[in-house]
Amino acid sequence: MNTGMETNSPFRSLAVLVMFAFGLASCQNEKDLDYARYYTNGKQLYDANCLNCHASDGAGLRGLIPPLSDTLFLRKNRDRLACIIKHGMNEKIQVNGKEYDQLMPANEQLPDIDIAAIVTYITNSFGNDQGLYDQEEASRDLKKCVE
Amino acid sequence: MKFLYLSASVLLLFSACSSKESKKLPILGNREAVEKTVDGKTVVDTVYQTIPEFSFVNQDSNIVTDKTFEGKIYVVDFFFTTCPSICPVMHRNMLKVYEKYKGNPDVMIASHTIDYKHDTPAKLKEYATKMGVEGTQWEFLRGSRDSVYTLAEKHYLVAVGEDKNAPGGYVHQGWFVLVDKDKRLRGAYDGTQADQVDKLMADMDVLLDEYRNGNK
Repeated sequence: MNTGMETNSPFRSLAVLVMFAFGLASCQNEKDLDYARYYTNGKQLYDANCLNCHASDGAGLRGLIPPLSDTLFLRKNRDRLACIIKHGMNEKIQVNGKEYDQLMPANEQLPDIDIAAIVTYITNSFGNDQGLYDQEEASRDLKKCVE
Repeated sequence: MKFLYLSASVLLLFSACSSKESKKLPILGNREAVEKTVDGKTVVDTVYQTIPEFSFVNQDSNIVTDKTFEGKIYVVDFFFTTCPSICPVMHRNMLKVYEKYKGNPDVMIASHTIDYKHDTPAKLKEYATKMGVEGTQWEFLRGSRDSVYTLAEKHYLVAVGEDKNAPGGYVHQGWFVLVDKDKRLRGAYDGTQADQVDKLMADMDVLLDEYRNGNK
């Protein structure tokens, strides 16, 4: 009888864990779901539009293409990232203490919501942790782009 | 009967081993059979497609010709420094080849720019330096439109071209072409795929062995 209890207990703790996980998932609020949606779409869009140059790990390419792991740069320029993705960039910047001045091509075809997803993905990957950047924020920032 | 099977399988095993030892890369491109007279007898010899003479300017503004690559196996690709599409991936992968064979006197790399207007030697030098490439084991080459495009399409069998609608203004394929010391094509690998580039490096070792063992 005693031994039977013992063989059962791993299953029981597993069941408790699964229930706990479900419990957590249902506790996810609207914002968490939004974040997950943006982040997942952002990864797909990143792979299609950004990965060639910035690499799957965000490392860029030596001195030619800047990495996306400079958390301070991305935090300071959070409200400019949408414009940079949409219209490209042609200026000298300092990333991780190194200078980069290669032209970044524009992505005019991307709608605001896709740009928001990419920014969400980038600013929460490669060591960054900025949380959700939604379409509303993107549309607001994109109105302020200086060309 | 059993013994026969056994000996057959042993034989097979042996032949499998020996064929692995003398592994050779195929010779690609066009070929033609040419009749020759050797010691009074007519023999048929196969003539393979080879890379013709060429002359370009490299990142140091020096002239680089087919002679520069004499006695080397080399890898060729086509790119341009402002290329927004596949070039960064290609050169991220080519850097692996560069790092692996750095300092090996039998190996070189040649990257031809197809943007003859913008990619001056100074621009090529800047590009190479920013990628951390030193010296001239990896040559970045510039030539006239026709000389580069003809060499690409007729001889390295890589499609290149100008296209106003393409990102960056040029289109090209991402092949890494492997050329042997006799200027014959021995392999073509998709330079945008990491596993293909691993295959290239494995094949380069095979090719180097071919020459080391002296069995041409």
